[in-house]
Amino acid sequence: MIEVKHITKSFDGKTILHNVDATFYTGKTNLIIGQSGSGKTVLMKSIVGLVRPEEGEILYDGRDLMKMDQAQIKHLREEIGMLFQGSALFDSETVLGNVMFPLNMFTDMSPAQMKERAQFCLERVNLKGADKKYPAELSGGMQKRVAIARAIALNPKYLFCDEPNSGLDPKTSILIDELLSDITHEYNITTIINTHDMNSVLGIGENIVFINKGYREWVGDKQEIYQTTNEALNEFVFATDLFQKVKQYIIQNAHR
Amino acid sequence: MSRVFTIPDKWKVFCSRTIFEITKLGVDSIPLVMIISVFIGAVIAIQMQLNISSPLIPSYSVGLATRDIVLLEFSNSILCLILAGKVGSNIASEIGTMRVTEQIDALEIMGVNSCNFLVLPKVVGFVLFMPVLVAFCIATSLFGGFGVAVFTDLISVSRYVYGLQALFQEWYVWYGFIKSLFFAFIISSISSFCGYYVRGGALEVGKASTNAVVSSSIFILLMDVVLTKLLLQ
Repeated sequence: MIEVKHITKSFDGKTILHNVDATFYTGKTNLIIGQSGSGKTVLMKSIVGLVRPEEGEILYDGRDLMKMDQAQIKHLREEIGMLFQGSALFDSETVLGNVMFPLNMFTDMSPAQMKERAQFCLERVNLKGADKKYPAELSGGMQKRVAIARAIALNPKYLFCDEPNSGLDPKTSILIDELLSDITHEYNITTIINTHDMNSVLGIGENIVFINKGYREWVGDKQEIYQTTNEALNEFVFATDLFQKVKQYIIQNAHR
Repeated sequence: MSRVFTIPDKWKVFCSRTIFEITKLGVDSIPLVMIISVFIGAVIAIQMQLNISSPLIPSYSVGLATRDIVLLEFSNSILCLILAGKVGSNIASEIGTMRVTEQIDALEIMGVNSCNFLVLPKVVGFVLFMPVLVAFCIATSLFGGFGVAVFTDLISVSRYVYGLQALFQEWYVWYGFIKSLFFAFIISSISSFCGYYVRGGALEVGKASTNAVVSSSIFILLMDVVLTKLLLQ
């Protein structure tokens, strides 16, 4: 479980996060949602330690990231997997090389063991047979899957995903969402997904944190979101006619 | 700086990356070094012959002057200015692209010291291989001058070869090697710095690449003056 308490972060005198509290549960797909510029990426970067907040606590199963020294942070990061918006695969490495990278850096496995583990991870994300390809030869969806395979190679306790569906078609987005959800439940990981994809929100959102203008406005799950009276959240999630109709349909069915 | 020059997380990975960088930054530069050196060596020999054609100056002076120019300045300072363009822009654009595509963030999130992992093998690899490039440069430059002697009637082969050996000072060779080590460090470290601190997108990567070449060149010229003063006086 990851707990965020009273996080405040400013850039150039402008406060981006205002006293944000949130809890992200183990074995659940935790979503951070919000409009572009709302501060959700800053929140995620603060949680993983890429950005240092001015105030607050970030507790990884009780261990405060803000009070850790460099050695402790390094140790913690070996428990973290992260999927970046642009996949962030190493261009000079093959698919297999990318997935083997964390194993090579942080384990004493033999090359054969590393290869076996990497191939297992690639099979888990349905990417068998792409071992020798380079990232530039892969589609966006395949790159995301390689990045997921790399993120889970070390059996992380915490998985962070920044906009995992950006640039993907709806069908591929659903596949990535299902994959992330399955991995979360299968390995009992604390997964935090930063998204503004409504299909993700309504599909896999087991614990949703809504950030609006740097404030945490709402917390709930994908069922509760249909009942919400929060105006900003309603405007954000049900912005299109399609989602308005989905909402009405769900509410009508719930009353029958 | 302190994050770059720390003990690598894993020596095996560091060694393999250093060998990779030696190949990419050093071995791959050999053809460029040889092509430039052979032509510049030939041009130096021709210009020496044309400019010192006086009966008071011995004819072997062409070989001697060519050798000393190559040993003292061309094989280290001028070569490194050329390599600042090739290697410096390569390093800055590679690391800069890794920065803007979040690859460096990915390394940091994994718990890898990205400065040490990316920069140290480049610095060590390039500094280690630089003497080899200088040796290639010296050999091919003098060979270029030799080609002038063989294929033209400007100077006789025997006088050129005699000039190469006349009044030879071994220290000039070491002086060139020592300077080149400093210059290799300047190129690799400044270019890495320019690439590592890129903010933005493709445009900024291009700017960082240009900055790397310009800054490296200026520092090489400054250091050239300082080292010449220290080592030759």
